[in-house]
Amino acid sequence: MEQSWKQAKAAFAAIAVPPVAWLVLFFLIPLAVIWAYTFGENTGPVTIDFTGTFANYARALEPLYLQIFGKSLIIAGLTTVLCLIIGFPVALAIAFASPRMKAWLLLLIMLPFWTNLLIRTFALIAVLREQGYVNFALEWLWNNASGFMTLIGLQPFGDYEPLTLLYNNTAVVVGLVYVHLPFMVLPLYSALDRMDRSLMEASLDLGAGHLRTIWAVVVPLAAPGIASGVLITFIPALGAYLTPDLLGGTDSQMIANVIERQFKRANDWPFGAALSFLLMYLTFIAIAAQAFVQRKAERRG
Amino acid sequence: MIKPNPIISFEGITKRFGKTIAVDSVNLQIQEGEFFALLGPSGCGKTTLLRMLAGFETPSEGRILIDGKDIAQLPPNKRPVNIVFQSYAVFPHMKVSDNVAYGLKMDGVAPGEIKTRVAEALSLVKLDGLGDRMPDQLSGGQRQRVALARALVKRPRVLLLDEPLSALDAKLRDQMRSELTSLQEKVGITFIMVTHDQDEALAIATRCAVMHRGVLTQVATPADLYEFPNSRFVADFVGSVNMFEGVLEKDEPNEAQVRCAELSAPVYLDHGVTGARGATVWVALRPEKIEMHKRAEGSTAMKMEDAPGGANVVPGVIRDIVYLGSETNYEIELEGGRRVRTFRSNLTRYDQEDFTWDEPVWLAWHACSPAVLLS
Amino acid sequence: MADEGLVTPPRLAAPKREKREKPGPLEYARQWPLQLIVGATLVFLYLPLITLMVFSFNDSRRNIVWQGFTFKYYEKAFANDSLIQAFVNSLTIAFFCTIISVILGALAAVMLWRFRFPGKTVVEGSMALPIVVPEICMGVAMLVFFARVMPWPTGLPWPLNLGAITIAHISFAFPFVATVVRARLSSFNRELEEAAKDLGASEWRVFWDVLVPHMKPGLIAGALLAFTLSLDDFVITFFTSGPDTITFPVKVYSMLRFSVTPEVNAASTILIVVTVALTAIGLHLQNQKPKEGKA
Repeated sequence: MEQSWKQAKAAFAAIAVPPVAWLVLFFLIPLAVIWAYTFGENTGPVTIDFTGTFANYARALEPLYLQIFGKSLIIAGLTTVLCLIIGFPVALAIAFASPRMKAWLLLLIMLPFWTNLLIRTFALIAVLREQGYVNFALEWLWNNASGFMTLIGLQPFGDYEPLTLLYNNTAVVVGLVYVHLPFMVLPLYSALDRMDRSLMEASLDLGAGHLRTIWAVVVPLAAPGIASGVLITFIPALGAYLTPDLLGGTDSQMIANVIERQFKRANDWPFGAALSFLLMYLTFIAIAAQAFVQRKAERRG
Repeated sequence: MIKPNPIISFEGITKRFGKTIAVDSVNLQIQEGEFFALLGPSGCGKTTLLRMLAGFETPSEGRILIDGKDIAQLPPNKRPVNIVFQSYAVFPHMKVSDNVAYGLKMDGVAPGEIKTRVAEALSLVKLDGLGDRMPDQLSGGQRQRVALARALVKRPRVLLLDEPLSALDAKLRDQMRSELTSLQEKVGITFIMVTHDQDEALAIATRCAVMHRGVLTQVATPADLYEFPNSRFVADFVGSVNMFEGVLEKDEPNEAQVRCAELSAPVYLDHGVTGARGATVWVALRPEKIEMHKRAEGSTAMKMEDAPGGANVVPGVIRDIVYLGSETNYEIELEGGRRVRTFRSNLTRYDQEDFTWDEPVWLAWHACSPAVLLS
Repeated sequence: MADEGLVTPPRLAAPKREKREKPGPLEYARQWPLQLIVGATLVFLYLPLITLMVFSFNDSRRNIVWQGFTFKYYEKAFANDSLIQAFVNSLTIAFFCTIISVILGALAAVMLWRFRFPGKTVVEGSMALPIVVPEICMGVAMLVFFARVMPWPTGLPWPLNLGAITIAHISFAFPFVATVVRARLSSFNRELEEAAKDLGASEWRVFWDVLVPHMKPGLIAGALLAFTLSLDDFVITFFTSGPDTITFPVKVYSMLRFSVTPEVNAASTILIVVTVALTAIGLHLQNQKPKEGKA
């Protein structure tokens, strides 16, 4: 039962003006300024001229940068897929757990989300580096297997070659999955929890196996939740800065790193602005796609 | 005590929501001290009318007067009217006494006086001693009393009640019914109640207004509404009725006759009907006014003393019997297929005349029983 | 009370649930493949964090292999003036950010929930933007804004010099608060507001006496969210901070880039503990609220 603003003009003004004014002044105007910059040129170390040029966009679409956009999209996509593959069974398990377990499991999955992104990413360094835990574990297995071989009279394995898991694309993907997994689990869990169980039981009753039931019944019904989870994993992954910065190598740069360089080191603000806006457009396209999927699913009822 | 001065006056009140007309040119006067009921099916506009009185909706046209003064300019917090909402709307985060005291606080009443008046109000609604409880510790019925106390403690000129009994179970409803009536008598102010339950309205109100699709169809005492409805809608809405369409054959000052296609005998009335000869009218016969007599095969018609030969008596066959304990409902099929409802009280424990399925019967009624409706 | 004619089953009492009862077809949580996946995931999520915390006590500068238990890196961390200053900065910013975000967020939520006005969809969409826009874009926008459009005066005394960062944090935090509070408002019984008005309350009194108490759980959840978002933020702060306005995450980042000693682990562990403790308190506060009945 909304009321028209005209019925309580004073109250409306008191309530609406502060947040809207803040939003305009400290969010929309800065964004508008950046947008204006995308059409500007550097005319000196600190001056920028607004010439209405499209040169910045053109440069952003050169093969060099296009490649980086492409790589970012692929890495973000890969991250999302992996999160989905791991997250779906986890969400399924939680949604169908006993009420007591449910609360605990949710808490356990969400707790890492509450810790700082920087720290989570940093923690992975110790795990993935050449003298990191993964390699330690593998080395231990390797040596023991080797020892076992000698025991049964066969040639032992050679020296263990540590895997290069850090400062490359693999590390970035692992890092992004690590950081964004809780983001994926929550909406999936929400959708699965709200689903009508009797539909699954009907499917099982009619003879379908579990995997078949999940594929044919659960996934379509949980589609909006899946779309949500995909969205809130993909977008942050696409615009990630810290993870590729700390875990990636020189060839694992993502868009955000390039943007940062323009502003902090290369001092080419117009170009950085253009890159930022292209990233934003990609984000909006992803959102529109998700809204489209959602509406289709809702129409199916 | 109903004093003969209109405390509330609706003059030409119309309310439109976009293209829908919720309330259509309502003219109504409510006397001081009445327990007035606005009765009607959902969507008829009764709640809208109440809300306009309380100040939560503004009329599109017309005036509302309280004590002769136009209150259009007054916002709800300045009107001498208080409302008890359907959901009770007791503030969940305040204890009972704070809830009741809220209105007095807003009026700037001194704390000492607040305390006494709150205690009085709680006592009036029989909630003494529960002042320190939180609303979620109370039952639905108790919360309703808190809402009542909260409204009454302000001593308004009029108390409005929106569907007060609909959320209560049957036993509680009966109890609340009598409590509301005694409360109103005790406090002495005008109560206006909105309800869709005609039993409630008939039982509690001193006068009722029946609304249908935004229009006030009839305003009368419960008895008059029941016995002298002015339209098919009212006759059907208030209580159950058997309705027959017919043609007005005779219309004299103290008698009239209607011939209905579905009835094999004419309907004779002992009073005149103000209608044109030959006009289409409807005859409303309440089930309790129809007598049922056994009919032997091939017997000649029964005769009613107060009607000329053959009128007010029709033959039929019992098709359905519903035993309800204190009474039994019968559905009788007339010649021509029309079904009529009647009932008999089970006056004795043993069947005096045991009627059974497919039994032929005579249905008869007195000349004063039918009501003739022109619309 | 004999049941004549009914055959009573041999076991009247409900059978006691056997310890190893086979899980039902939909009890996925009790089936081993899923238990394995969940377990592995939890290990994957927690192992790096736990080892990080454990190795903060490692008596080894390079911190690769465990060499003994020590508190000395914690001592170093507590003695590190710039680290402490950064921590204090972070807390101060988070504090002010929370207060203003809750106010702005609550107002925004009430505005959207209560009123119909021209341009409402645009405003709603704009409110969602800070949540959706990638952090780097916002960081960059803030950088430009405070460098060129509205330069924040330099050389201000503490804590005013933290103003730029605080403003940036508020800008991205208050829409989150608005979302949380709006969700809470949707369960509000409008008749409570009307009842208060009917009893004589002015608009202002209605807001304070009836609406705010209902919003309270949402306000607390929102405050918690704003505080955590501010405390943990890196990217936006990275673009709006300067050499003398460093926050904790930014400081830890620079420590990371230069030398990865257990001191970094110690600082990280402290931040983890603080964040988790705050979350725990917030959750506890939320669950402790007396149940509000629908009166």
